[in-house]
Formats: sequence, C-alpha cells, structure tokens
Amino acid sequence: MTLTMQPPPQTWTERLHSWVTTVDHKRIGIMYVLYALTFLVVGGVEAALMRLQLLFPHAEFVSPHAFNQLFTMHGTTMIFFVAMPMMFGFVNYLMPLMIGARDMAFPRLNAFSFWLTVFGGLLLYYSLIGGYGLYGDGTAPEVGWWAYAPLTEKAFTRGHSSDYWTLSLLVSGFGSIVTSINVIATVFSMRCRGMKLGKMPLFAWLSATMSVLAILAIAPLTAAQMMLMVDRYLGGHFFDTQAGGSAVLWMHFFWIFGHPEVYVLIIPSFAFISEIVPVFSRKTMFGYPIMVAASVMIAFVSMSVWAHHMFTVGMTASANSFFVITTMAVAIPTGIKIFNWLATMWGGKIRFNAPMLFCIGFLAQFLLAGLTGVMLASAPMTWHLGNSYFVVAHFHYVILGGIIMAVFAAFYYWYPKVVGRIYSERLAKWHFWLFVIGFHVCFDLMHIPGLLGMPRRIYTYEPGRGWEIWNFLVGIGAAIQGVAILVFVWNLIRSARRGAAAGSDPWDAWTLEWATSSPPPAYNFATPPVVKSRRPLWDLKHPEDPDWRYE
Amino acid sequence: MKLALATESDTAWELPYAGKVGMWGVIAAESAIFVIFIVAYAFYIGKSTSGPTTAILHTPIFLTVCLLSSSATMELALRGLRRGDTRAFSAWWFVTLGLAATFLGGTLLEWRHLIVDEGLTIHTNLFGTTYYSLVGLHAFHVLVGLTLMAVVAAFIIRRRVTRDHTPKLEVISLYWHFVDVVWVAVFTLVYVVGR
Amino acid sequence: MSPTTIFSPATTPARWIFDLSNMVYAVCGAIFVIVGSLLVYAVVKFRRRKGQDASEPAQVYGSKQIELAWTIIPILIVVVLFLSTARVIAFTQKPSFEETAVKVDVVGHQFWWEYRYPGLGVVTANELHIPVSDPARRAPSVLQLYSADIVHSFWVPRLAGKTDLVPNFPNTMWIDPTEPGLYLGQCAAYCGVQHAKMLLRVYVQSREDFAKWVEEQKQPARVTDAAARGREVFERTTCMSCHAIAGTAATGRFGPDLTHLMSRDTLGAGIIPNTRENLRSWIQDPGKVKPGVLMPAMGLDDSELDAVTDYLMTLH
Ligand code: HEA
Ligand code: HEA
Ligand code: HEC
Ligand code: CUA
Ligand SMILES: [Cu+2]
Repeated sequence: MTLTMQPPPQTWTERLHSWVTTVDHKRIGIMYVLYALTFLVVGGVEAALMRLQLLFPHAEFVSPHAFNQLFTMHGTTMIFFVAMPMMFGFVNYLMPLMIGARDMAFPRLNAFSFWLTVFGGLLLYYSLIGGYGLYGDGTAPEVGWWAYAPLTEKAFTRGHSSDYWTLSLLVSGFGSIVTSINVIATVFSMRCRGMKLGKMPLFAWLSATMSVLAILAIAPLTAAQMMLMVDRYLGGHFFDTQAGGSAVLWMHFFWIFGHPEVYVLIIPSFAFISEIVPVFSRKTMFGYPIMVAASVMIAFVSMSVWAHHMFTVGMTASANSFFVITTMAVAIPTGIKIFNWLATMWGGKIRFNAPMLFCIGFLAQFLLAGLTGVMLASAPMTWHLGNSYFVVAHFHYVILGGIIMAVFAAFYYWYPKVVGRIYSERLAKWHFWLFVIGFHVCFDLMHIPGLLGMPRRIYTYEPGRGWEIWNFLVGIGAAIQGVAILVFVWNLIRSARRGAAAGSDPWDAWTLEWATSSPPPAYNFATPPVVKSRRPLWDLKHPEDPDWRYE
Repeated sequence: MKLALATESDTAWELPYAGKVGMWGVIAAESAIFVIFIVAYAFYIGKSTSGPTTAILHTPIFLTVCLLSSSATMELALRGLRRGDTRAFSAWWFVTLGLAATFLGGTLLEWRHLIVDEGLTIHTNLFGTTYYSLVGLHAFHVLVGLTLMAVVAAFIIRRRVTRDHTPKLEVISLYWHFVDVVWVAVFTLVYVVGR
Repeated sequence: MSPTTIFSPATTPARWIFDLSNMVYAVCGAIFVIVGSLLVYAVVKFRRRKGQDASEPAQVYGSKQIELAWTIIPILIVVVLFLSTARVIAFTQKPSFEETAVKVDVVGHQFWWEYRYPGLGVVTANELHIPVSDPARRAPSVLQLYSADIVHSFWVPRLAGKTDLVPNFPNTMWIDPTEPGLYLGQCAAYCGVQHAKMLLRVYVQSREDFAKWVEEQKQPARVTDAAARGREVFERTTCMSCHAIAGTAATGRFGPDLTHLMSRDTLGAGIIPNTRENLRSWIQDPGKVKPGVLMPAMGLDDSELDAVTDYLMTLH
C-alpha cells in the first residue's frame, strides 16, 4: 500500500484553489474541523469576556447590550459553528474510510453543504457590520440562542441583527440537512463488500443515527425560522402576540429542534468513545448489538422529550408528567452505553495514551452531567433550577465534560492518520490535566450560584447573595481552560512538523481506516477491501482466532 | 506495520441506489418541515382576532383531482420506460406535466381571488398568515416538481432519455408522490377539518 | 446564608420541592458513587503493567444476563424517581385549599413588575406585599401571572419555584409563607437589555400589618400645595402619559404606578434605595442608572427636577 498521491509542487494559489474546489471527503472533513476550531476560539473568547464581566458584582467591563450579544453569539457559535461542523468534519473524514468506501455518496453535494455552513457562519458575524444596514453601525443579535418570541418580533427587535441570526441558521441548517442525507446515503449504499449492517463499526452506525436525528431536528427549526421570516418581512403574525400569535408555539418549535440537537452532538461523541475505548483496552466492544440498539433508542426517545425545557412555562400537570417520564427514560439507554464501555475496559490491558485519558475523563464527567440532567428532568426541581446557572453548569458539563472531551480524544486518536505524524504525548498530557482542572474549577462550582438563586443571562448581579466567590472562581477556571486549549492548538501545529512518522497503524487498531497509509491516498484504498467481521484488522492480525467465528 | 486486505469474495454484494436513499432523506426532512407548518395552521384555527375566516375558501376539488391523478400518470410513464416503450413514457410524462401545471395555475387564480376580492393577505390576520404559508409552501414544492419535470421533458424532446435513466426518474417520481401525499394532508386540514 | 438559596424553603410548595430534591440528590449521588467507583476500579485494576507480555487479553463479546441487569435496575430507579416527581407536580399544580388570603395580578413589563389586587383596589409596582398564611388554617396568596410584552419569569426561591409570565397565556401560582419578612428574587427569563435588573421583592406581613398597608395604598395621593409646582411640571412634561398617580390627572399605565411611591423601599425594580438623591438622578436620566430602561430622560432643568422630586417625595 504505497499508493500515496505525490502531487507536483504547487504554488500557494494552486494549493488554495485545489482546497476550495475539492470534493474529496477527507479534505472537506479537515476543512470542517479547522473551521470549527477557529470558531471554538472565537466562541471561547466570547465566553472569556462574559466571565470577565461576571468576576465581580456590578462590574462595568462590558455594557448590558454587549453582554447580551456575547451570550447570544457564544451560544449560537458554539452549537452551530463549533459542535456541529466538528462532528460533521470527523464523520466526513472517517466514516467512508471505516466502511471501506472511496468517498461519500454525493461528493459534490458534500462540498456544497460545507460551503453553505461556512457561509452561514460568516452571515452570523456579518451582523456585526450589517446589523442596522450598511450605513448604520452594526450590532450582533441579542435574543439568546433560543430567540424566544415575541422578543424577535419587529416590535421588540428592530434593525437586522436578528435577521442575520435567522438567515445564518437557515443557510447552515440546509447545509447540515444535506450533509446528513449524504451520510445516510453513504452508510446505506457505499459499504465495501461483506460489510453487512451488523458488521459496520459502531462509528458508522452512530454517524447514521446522528444524521437521521439531525434531519428530524433541523427541519423543524428551518420551518420555524421560515415562519419568523414571514413575520418579520411579510408582516405575518405567527409569533406576533399582539395579533393573537403564540409565544409558546415558538418555544415548542424551537425545542423540538433544540433537544434532539444536543443528542445530535453527543451521539458522535459516543461514536468516538466506542472506537477508542476498545482499542486502548485491547478488547472488542462489549455488547455491540445492544450498543446499536441503545443508540437508536436514545435518538428515538429524544424526539419526545423537548418540553423538559419548558417546565416553567405553565403546561398542565399531565403534560409536565409526560415529559418527566420520557426525559428520565433516556437515562436507561444512556446508562447501558456507559456500562458497556465499562465492561469493555473490564479485564483489559488499558494503555493510557492521551486518547484514552480523555475517554476516561469523558466517562466520569458525562456520568455526573447526565445525573444533573436527571435532576433537571424532575420538573419541580426545574421550577427552581430552570434558567438558572445550574442549567448552564449542566449543559457545559455535558458539552465540555462530554462532547469536547470526546472530541479531544478523537483528535489525538486520529491525528496520526490524518497528518501522518504522532502528536507530542507530553503536551497532550499537559493539555489533559490543565483542561480537566480548569473544567472542574469552572463548571463544578458553577452549579452553586444556580442553587443559590442566580439566573442565567444576566449581565451583572447583586452583591450580598452569596454568589460573588463562586463567580470569581468560575472565571479563574475558564482562564485555565483557555490556556489548555492554547496548549492543544500548539500541539496540533507543532507536531505537524516535528512529530515522528506515524506509519499506517500506530495504535495497533482494528478498523479499516488503519489499513491504508497515513495520510490516506486520494481514493482511500487502492483496491476496495472486503471484510468478514466487525474488526477486519483483528482478523488479519490474528488469523488463528478471527472475530467472525464469534459474531 | 503494513497491512494487506482481502479483496476477493464470492458473496453477492448488492446495495440500494444512493439516489433513492438520498431522496428518502429529503422526504424525511420535508415531512418534518410540513408537520411544523401543519401544526401551526391547526393551532391557529379560529384564533384570528379580526378579518376574514375560513368561510371564504372554495374547496379545490378539480385541482385536487388533477394533482392526485398526476401521481398515477407519472407511474404509468415510468412503467413505459421500464418496458423500454419511450413513446408511452413521453406521452404520460407530458400529461403529468400538464396536470401539475394546471394545479399550480389553479392555485394562482384562487390566490388572486382571495387577495383581490376577499382582501385576505398574509398580513391580514392569523388565518391569512397560516393559510398562505402552508398552501404556499406546498405550492412551492409543486413548482420544484414542475421544474424537474420540465428539465426531463427537455431531454425527452432531444430524445436523450433511455431505459438506463429509470433509477434517476424513479427518484423524481418518489418526490412527486410525496408532494401528492402532502397535499392530501394539507387539503384535509385546510378544506375539510379546518372549516 | 444567601437570601435567595433554594435550601431554605419558607412555603409549602417550596418545601415539597426541597424534600423531593433531597431524595433526587441522594439517588443521583449514590449512582455517581457506585458507577464512579467501578470506573476507578477498572482503570486501576486493568491498567497495562510493566513487564506484562504483549498478548491480547481475552476477548469478551457480550453477555445477555449482565445487559439485562443493567437495563432493569435503572428502569426501577427511573420509576421511583418519576412517581415521586409526579406526586409533587400534581400537588402543586392542582392544589386544594379552603381559603385564599389574597389574589394578586402580577404583570411583567420590560424591566419592572406591576401588581394589582383586584379585590382590594390596590395597584402598586415592584414590591409585592402579601399576608402570612396561618399554619393551622392554610390560606395561600394566589398570583395570577400576565405579561405586557415579553416572557418574564417570577422566581423568589424561598417562596416557590419559578413560573413564567407569557403574553397571551396567563399562569397561576400560589404561595403560603408562614414567616413574615422580606423575600428576594429576580426575573428569571431573558426579557431584553435589563433582564438582569428586574429584581423581585416580596414583603410577607402579618395580617394586621398587611391590612394596614392595604388601607394606606387604597387612598388616593395626598397632594399638598407645597408641591404644586412639581405637580405642574409632572403633568406638563408627559410624565403622566406613562405614570398614574391616583387622584390626579395622571393615569398612564406604561410605567409603574407612583401614587404611593414613597411607601416603597427601592426604585427601578429593586435596584437602588429610594432616597432623594437616587430619585432625583433617576428622573434626570434613568438610562444612567439602568441603561436600556424604557423610561426616557425628560430633559428637565435643575429647578424643574427639584420640583418634580419634591412632588414625588410627598407621595407617601
Ligand atoms: C450534549 C448535550 C446534552 C446531553 C447529552 C444532555 C443530557 C440530558 N439532559 Fe440536558 N441540556 C443540554 C445538553 C445536553 N443534555 C443543553 C445544551 C441544555 C440547555 C439548553 C439551554 O437552555 O440553553 C440542557 C438542558 C436540560 C434540561 C432543561 C433545563 C431547563 O432549562 O429548565 C433538562 C431537563 O430535564 C435536561 C435533562 C437532561 C437529561 C435527563 C439528560 C440525559 O440524557 C442524561 C442521561 C445520562 C445519565 C443519567 C447518566 C448515565 C446513566 C446511568 C449511569 C444509569 C443509571 C441512572 C439512572 C437510573 C438515573 N437538560
Ligand atoms: C459547544 C458548546 C459550548 C462550549 C464549548 C462552551 C464553552 C464555554 N462556555 Fe458556554 N454556552 C453555550 C455553549 C458552549 N459553551 C451555550 C449554548 C450557551 C447558552 C447561550 C444562551 O444563553 O443563549 C452558553 C452560555 C454560557 C454562559 C452563560 C451566559 C449567561 O447566561 O449569561 C457562560 C457563563 O459563564 C458560558 C461560559 C463558557 C465558558 C467559560 C466556556 C469555556 O469552556 C470556553 C473555553 C475556551 C476558550 C477560553 C477559548 C480558547 C482559548 C483561547 C482563545 C486562549 C485565550 C483565552 C484565555 C486565556 C481566557 N457559556
Ligand atoms: C415613556 C414612558 C415614561 C415616561 C414619559 C416617564 N416614565 Fe417614569 N418610568 C417608566 C418606566 C417604563 C419605568 C420603569 C423602569 C424600570 O424599572 O425598568 C419608570 C419608572 C419611574 C420611576 C421609578 C418607579 C419605581 O417604583 O421604581 C419613577 C420615580 C419615575 N419613573 C418618574 C418619572 C417622572 C418624574 C417622569 C417625568 C419627568 C417620568 N417618570 C416619565 C416610563 C416612563
Ligand atoms: Cu423580565 Cu427577565
Ligand atoms: Cu433537552
């Protein structure tokens, strides 16, 4: 397998042109991930500014308007332009390799939806210039990432800032829907010979599950955004409370999107963990069929839980109870997944390279984050904690303690494959420990002001309510995380030049992406592979005891 | 470590056509969009604070018949193509096109009537907002279908459509059947249940 | 002790939530300890050790019994959690009590609270007064929640969980505090620029004190001649198109009712003490005190300012 593409030397314009016009799933994947990393830093700086403002009560570091714009932009950026493209990037790069395909089902469509996502992100930030039209001073939207009605109606939000928000999500939403369709078509129609559905790596299963969920989540958001546009530009009344429109309807529409959305983000994280934990424990995945079933269950149930974000809105007692039980039910398949990962580690020979460290961090932190989720699922507790810093802490716990940890694990695990060089393990350990410490200082403590009555989305707070010390420490934790992320980025950049050559299979792993060179050639596999089991490379390395005898 | 993978196998290996899987994805997304618009329409029935009500609507029986039968004629066209009978195919294809165009034209006339004679616009009240949005969204899908059909028609005229294109045309027909099914839902809600 | 902690419930519904919370914390804590210990054990016990041979460990593909066990146990836990939750939901949302102490219409406005006591003919703003409920004979105060513009949320943690004030969608909540005192909270749903400074103050009073308060609030404004010039400025500079002062020509409803302004401890929805200087600088430019507030600076000159301030100072 030495079929590496050895392109002739290029000028930088040629190189740029070749990236911009590429339809190669790997290059598109890399661009998605770099795009997401860029916005992680942007969103992170926004978070840092918020924490700076909240270090002390009655601080005047930023104005109220600016603060409200900061959290709106931070939330929107992080969800739509960090987490989503990050996941789609990894799926784009890895999934075709793992199923032994040469590209996605629709390569050109793939490029198209990537550029839609890019355009969406730019539209959002263009509001800073064009918010009041080109002649006025621009301004970012300040409606929160839920953009609740009627705050978004013309009567309460003038100018165009919130329209950029809407357009941006419409455009990137189309991109995400199209990518999802592409992923599904690839999984169903592009698998290599012998790879029956039950023999796909869990990664492929979870990519498809995530994509189905993404379609069913983003489409309603798209519909709701269209209605909002009708209201704002054609004078419609969907959410116009002065003409009988309903504010609650928007809440339902938003959360029918919003809740499945967070599972769209966690499911690929599960996929990373499900690939990495077995390799570093040197054992096959425990309970593969159950893992598949549990993931599909999570996706399915998660479509009926949305109103747990609305426990304080004043739904009837039976509606509240219904959403309590559906929400809590998600804990069951999620628990199954956690237990299966534990069982995979059990009896193994665990190697503690950086990817595994992050997986272990994920397991511990996601467990705790899930449990605070269960607390919030108990509606009366949310009557207190809803819209407080406890919720903010809950979801940063899931997102940073879970999703971002899994993403870091994935970065280190696949970095040698993508770049062809090994990252610096020493820097990775620094990154791990700094990040874990920063994370816990920041987000463990953030639960406390919530319990002490501090609502979210406030640009400043009153002294004397016992919140000062916690907010101060949370700010410190945020800064430590910032340093950790700098270390991480530095590691990525440095190792791309100085790292040792990786070889095609540095982890002694079992899925197909490790069967081709690092980085893989343009068409992935010189000859399309044929597989007999879930771990084709295990079969290859252990011809005396292949997997397909047991599956 | 260098790895060599098996590349031969004797088992038959047949996977679904990617275009069709993709179209099912599109249909899933579109259904979700329509569900939201349908829910909004249903939720606001009778909640307008002023202005015209559903009483001003005429039930578009003829147009509905046109649209629904266009699904059948499209199927007939495809059957012809599968047989390799391109004449039957093109004949039925143009009939389908005509039926779809009739539907769209009829909708336009109906809207003209509502706007000019009844004074109902999207801005008038909640009924106007939800009605034009829902019916308009569906009409937009008809328009997309019509465009697709017209493109195919152009190829037919240039005699470029052959039996080999059946899978691609099946994707279009899948879309068209979906547009029909949605109309059944919209029709039932707007003209039957919602009156 | 934080005045807004959820761990110091002062009413029945708050206490129900408190008890439920404790149970949920305990269950979740136990799950965390158990699963966390398993994780730590696995990591320590099954780590690769120095000197181990390079062979792969035994490959285990799964086990039906074990999977079943860790499906069923969580199901049971979830059922228990659900039942205890549903009980509190039902009790809180379908309450039964013989008597209501007082009914208040709470109207959320962008950045301030309006309180109307329909039975008593009292209208006030930002500081809610209710009577205590006798523990022997429960008589809760019932709040009817409305919004004039955006979604707000009424959250006084020691008194009850939050309930949103949604336009076109009235809500109800009830509280039966037994201890007199001042309870703090603030708006808990993002409602625009000054969401952060939409503070809540609830004064729970003994029945006698409450009755006395109602008696005073019912009176129209006692306008004295000394403040005539201030009153004239107030009515001339359109203050009165937004504010009401009962017994005068001012009947605006866009801003807080000022009839008994001086009976309030704070200004601007609880953000500053109600002193002469504060009042004066508020009227001069409320946007300085509360940037983004919906009351404009009226551009009064110094003497007009003093006059209006003097006038408002008479509104006890
Ligand atoms: C990736 C993201 C992610 C994930 C995975 C989750 C997972 C869960 N979330 Fe979270 N959540 C968010 C992201 C996420 N959440 C975000 C972003 C918000 C706020 C948005 C906003 O307001 O801006 C939010 C808000 C939110 C709320 C609304 C709070 C409010 O605003 O009022 C609720 C309420 O029910 C909730 C519950 C849950 C539950 C029950 C889970 C469950 O899935 C957790 C399941 C996991 C476990 C329980 C642990 C493992 C299980 C076991 C070990 C088995 C045994 C356990 C039991 C039997 C209990 N979440
Ligand atoms: C992927 C999702 C994601 C991620 C990763 C984060 C990451 C972080 N978030 Fe975010 N957050 C959200 C999603 C996310 N958040 C959402 C959806 C909301 C709700 C918005 C709304 O209410 O509408 C929210 C809201 C939110 C709030 C509440 C605001 C409010 O209600 O008033 C706060 C407050 O502390 C906060 C803090 C942080 C911090 C400190 C981090 C940190 O982890 C960030 C760490 C990263 C960096 C610091 C950047 C990288 C490093 C550098 C550039 C180096 C230089 C910087 C330093 C040395 C400091 N977030
Ligand atoms: C455009 C409407 C408007 C006008 C005109 C107006 N106000 Fe106000 N006023 C408000 C609003 C709204 C508030 C509540 C602000 C808040 O707390 O967010 C308010 C609050 C106040 C308060 C504090 C009340 C309290 O209980 O906290 C005082 C005092 C006051 N106004 C006095 C005046 C005076 C004096 C004038 C005329 C010089 C005036 N207002 C003109 C709208 C107006
Ligand atoms: Cu009112 Cu927030
Ligand atoms: Cu949720």
